[in-house]
Amino acid sequence: MNYVIIGNSVAAVGAIRGIRSIDPQGNITVISRERHVAYGRPLISYLLGGLITEKRMAYLPEDFYEKNRVNLLLNAEVVGVDTGRQKVTITGGDVIAYDKLLVATGGDPFVPPIEGLAGKDRIFTFTTWDDAAKLKGIADDIEKVVVIGGGLIGLKAAEGLHLLDKKITIVELADRILSAAFDRPAGRVVAKKMKANGIDVITEDTVVRIEGDGAAITGVTLKSGDFIPCDTVIVAIGVRPAAGFLKGSGVEVNRGIVVDDMMETNVKGVFAAGDVAEAKDFFSGVKNPMPIWPDAYVQGDIAGVTMAGGSKGYPGGIAMNSIELFKVSTISMGITNPVEPKEYEILTYQDLENYQYRKIVLKDGLLAGAVLVGAVDRAGIFAGLIRDRVEVSSFKDQLLTPDFGFVNLPREIRSALFAPVGKVTGADEQARAVGH
Amino acid sequence: MLYKSVTESFNEFIIDRNDATCIRCKVCVRQCAYEVHAYEATADALTEDNTLCIGCRRCSALCPTGAITIRSNEEVFKRNESWSNAHIRNLYAQADTGGILLAAMGNPAKYPIYWDHMLLDASQVTNPSIDPLREPMELRTYLGKKPHSIEVVRDEQTGKPKLATKLTPQIKMEYPFIFSAMSYGALNLNAHKAMAMAAKELGTLYNTGEGGLHRDLYQYGSNVMVQVASGRFGVSEAYLNAGVAIEIKVGQGAKPGIGGHLPGEKVNDQISETRMIPAGADAISPAPHHDIYSIEDLRQLIFALKEATNYTKPVSVKIAAVHHVAAIASGVARAGADIITIDGFRGGTGAAPQVIRDNVGIPMELALAAVDARLRDEGIRNQVSIVVGGGVRSSGDAIKAIALGADAINMGTSTLLALGCTLCQRCYTGKCPWGITTNTPYLAKRLNPELGAERLVNLVHAWGHEMKEILGGMGLNALESLRGNRYKLRALGLTEKDMNILGVMPAGE
Amino acid sequence: MKRIYMIEDVCIGCHLCEVACITEHSQSKNPVKAFLHEENRPISRCTVEEWDGGVVSFSTTCRHCDEPDCLRACISGAIQKNDSGVVRIDTEQCVGCWSCVMACPYGAVQRNLKKKKANKCDLCPDRTSPACVDACPNRALVYKEGSQK
Repeated sequence: MNYVIIGNSVAAVGAIRGIRSIDPQGNITVISRERHVAYGRPLISYLLGGLITEKRMAYLPEDFYEKNRVNLLLNAEVVGVDTGRQKVTITGGDVIAYDKLLVATGGDPFVPPIEGLAGKDRIFTFTTWDDAAKLKGIADDIEKVVVIGGGLIGLKAAEGLHLLDKKITIVELADRILSAAFDRPAGRVVAKKMKANGIDVITEDTVVRIEGDGAAITGVTLKSGDFIPCDTVIVAIGVRPAAGFLKGSGVEVNRGIVVDDMMETNVKGVFAAGDVAEAKDFFSGVKNPMPIWPDAYVQGDIAGVTMAGGSKGYPGGIAMNSIELFKVSTISMGITNPVEPKEYEILTYQDLENYQYRKIVLKDGLLAGAVLVGAVDRAGIFAGLIRDRVEVSSFKDQLLTPDFGFVNLPREIRSALFAPVGKVTGADEQARAVGH
Repeated sequence: MLYKSVTESFNEFIIDRNDATCIRCKVCVRQCAYEVHAYEATADALTEDNTLCIGCRRCSALCPTGAITIRSNEEVFKRNESWSNAHIRNLYAQADTGGILLAAMGNPAKYPIYWDHMLLDASQVTNPSIDPLREPMELRTYLGKKPHSIEVVRDEQTGKPKLATKLTPQIKMEYPFIFSAMSYGALNLNAHKAMAMAAKELGTLYNTGEGGLHRDLYQYGSNVMVQVASGRFGVSEAYLNAGVAIEIKVGQGAKPGIGGHLPGEKVNDQISETRMIPAGADAISPAPHHDIYSIEDLRQLIFALKEATNYTKPVSVKIAAVHHVAAIASGVARAGADIITIDGFRGGTGAAPQVIRDNVGIPMELALAAVDARLRDEGIRNQVSIVVGGGVRSSGDAIKAIALGADAINMGTSTLLALGCTLCQRCYTGKCPWGITTNTPYLAKRLNPELGAERLVNLVHAWGHEMKEILGGMGLNALESLRGNRYKLRALGLTEKDMNILGVMPAGE
Repeated sequence: MKRIYMIEDVCIGCHLCEVACITEHSQSKNPVKAFLHEENRPISRCTVEEWDGGVVSFSTTCRHCDEPDCLRACISGAIQKNDSGVVRIDTEQCVGCWSCVMACPYGAVQRNLKKKKANKCDLCPDRTSPACVDACPNRALVYKEGSQK
């Protein structure tokens, strides 16, 4: 069996492990257009900020590819897929045959056609190790940066640059930063902290023109007419599934590559996972791209297992982010800003003074989402309650307490989670008895 | 001390805390049932109120760095051979309160302990000793009435000998030990579970005591002796038939002539259900059984119970060791009991007036010897098995009791010790720091029934091993051969009269 | 694989599991030194939860899941599952992003805010059975073969 995986990030790793959990024999080929072995992509802001060295970028133990017997092709971009003859073509014309194909290419940053953008040197995106490396390479020359987009990528880029003592302005079209994950109060807590750190956050505005003669940038002009001087611009508006090479392959691409619960596309034997895929949502069941790291792993795993002949279903993706911005920890998950708030019950607790905020979103007695700012400890318990669809009505008032734990849950749930199957008897070693 | 009475300030114990090794983990604060320890956050220091300490040693046992030592307060009253510190303290307490002093566990006063004045024999030259590791050695014990004579016939079909005599019910025990009657209520369910589980594992008995048998423990029925006491708590037809034997409790060594009182606070839902009384109601056991004013009355009750159980269960009658114990035992045997249980004055209690505990009753050693001798003299020793309790501290004491005529031993205090008790003697407060005599959920979970059962099994195994060694040394291969064999005992430092009662010759003779 | 299981009914809320955990993960492995003299005292990998003044208490810790959510969420690859199934965090590699805290449904990953590193049970590699289990005075923690749930 020949497995070919296009892409080499977390979904690919999940897939490799998934395949190997079932099929220790088959050939696995991984094709990556990057020059690095798998690395922690979200770490690029840490790398830029100098919090970690390049050595620590590696996502996997050194012997991972060898141990899993993976044929790794780096610097190789797939240019075409022939699903009929089950072959992929890479730059330079090499052709690789597959029995099962996984597309796990992630996303490409989206750069809109802003006036004055063409020909400028210091326009960057911020999604790869090389993006971070490029920025870091010229860091000494950077003074003022405008970051277009107040989403996760924009904020992480801003944080990295802030660590390098750069003056930063973030321009966000929505009324708050991190609008996808945060609600207004949570956004406010973080914005407050950013301002305290000297970062300007401009909301409900956007960059309409990049100013400067030739290749150099002098600033940007906003829709409101304001001019913000800067020498560098980072475009962090969003990413688009990196699925261009599938044109003409017959694989259905909507906003992402459309997959079923086994991560298989409309073309048999062709799978997709991670940011490039469009799989079902945990709550609605509607298919949409879910650029979430842990979800990418899970999808990769399911794809890998399925490709190798095993069976594993996808429960649906739950948006989930843990972001620490300027020493304020934030974790958000699930539905945090319901479109139809009337159908939901929302509980909140806030203490802006101490950068604490907690929001719980309930629907029909089930936990649908949570936002935690500050005390984020044990947030995963909420993730578990969402995933297991645990009825929380009986203890919903306690969900807001900072030390919420299993003690607040009905005992049966706790026992199911922690108690061993059957009765614990005959512990192997004699325990020290009290007082003797 | 501020806000303390003078009496309280004469505290018995002192907590020694080594600040250099105290890691402020606050285990002592959490574990003390008497709120002795406290943590002062501002000073980051642990403090203690010595006046509250009862000397249970829970804190020192659990302190992970051994930073705590409990010592007795060496601050003393002026030396006085007549007025001991304890006498003075007690008197103060009564002057403060005007009430009866309560006490728990067995009589701790300094009375002679006869076990410590009797020595066992061993084989030398003229008769061979037996190595119990190489030879079979039997501790098996049968409790129940034995016939005056037996008739053995040849089985026509098999040609083998067959017992023709019809025996009354017998209880087979692999060890001559019974986990003694300590009621559910006085002890919590965890303690009862531990005893029941251990009895099952050991092939011996657990006595329910007078608080009934919790429904979860009916499964241990073949290792249970159910008790019927003056309060009749939890007694039903199902209960009487739940175990393999029934005991009528007339008296208790720690408080002969006194009834019992389980305060309503200890009567939680499960105890209420088991005892068949309202939750929160005091459970009062009258001093006498109001239907027993004579041996004849006792006989009626014995046979009522036998009727209720279709003569399938031996009936025991438990009496405290008092002055006329031998005559009473004779009456009990004649009333139809299958087992007589004698509880000596060192037997424990969950609560008793201290003056009773410390001054009423007689030592079990003497009572046992007197009863055994009396029943032999009257030719009715075979009609009853004798179970004794109250002050058996080791296998040595136990085997001496067997030699004095006991069939089996009740383990009360020793059971509690194995479960973790440190004899702080505060069972009546309901705040047992070791989780044994408390029904407070926070404290009761300190006794893990599994762990408790294991420790009880270990203890009985250990005593069993030791008894086999002793038997082997005497050249005996069965405990049965030692029963009532006082020739194997010699007295040391006893008076002629003591030796007469014990039926034991002096050492050297 | 062998896992740590808690038995709620007999947990006495003494927190000695936490003391033992901290001690075992200290430099000296001596409680007095670990708590009083060493810098950067570790934080406990097990968490004792209490309710109603301790009437309900139990110690929770990592289940070493078959498919660990923490590992899947880890962005740096610091969390790995070894061949014997033990899930460990390489603290050198950890960047303190708390993704594992977000993902673990058992609430078993702690934040060491001082070091800015995630913290979780490693089943005590230097011991034959974990420190918390050995320290439990009432066998409310047992270490035995069993499934994750």
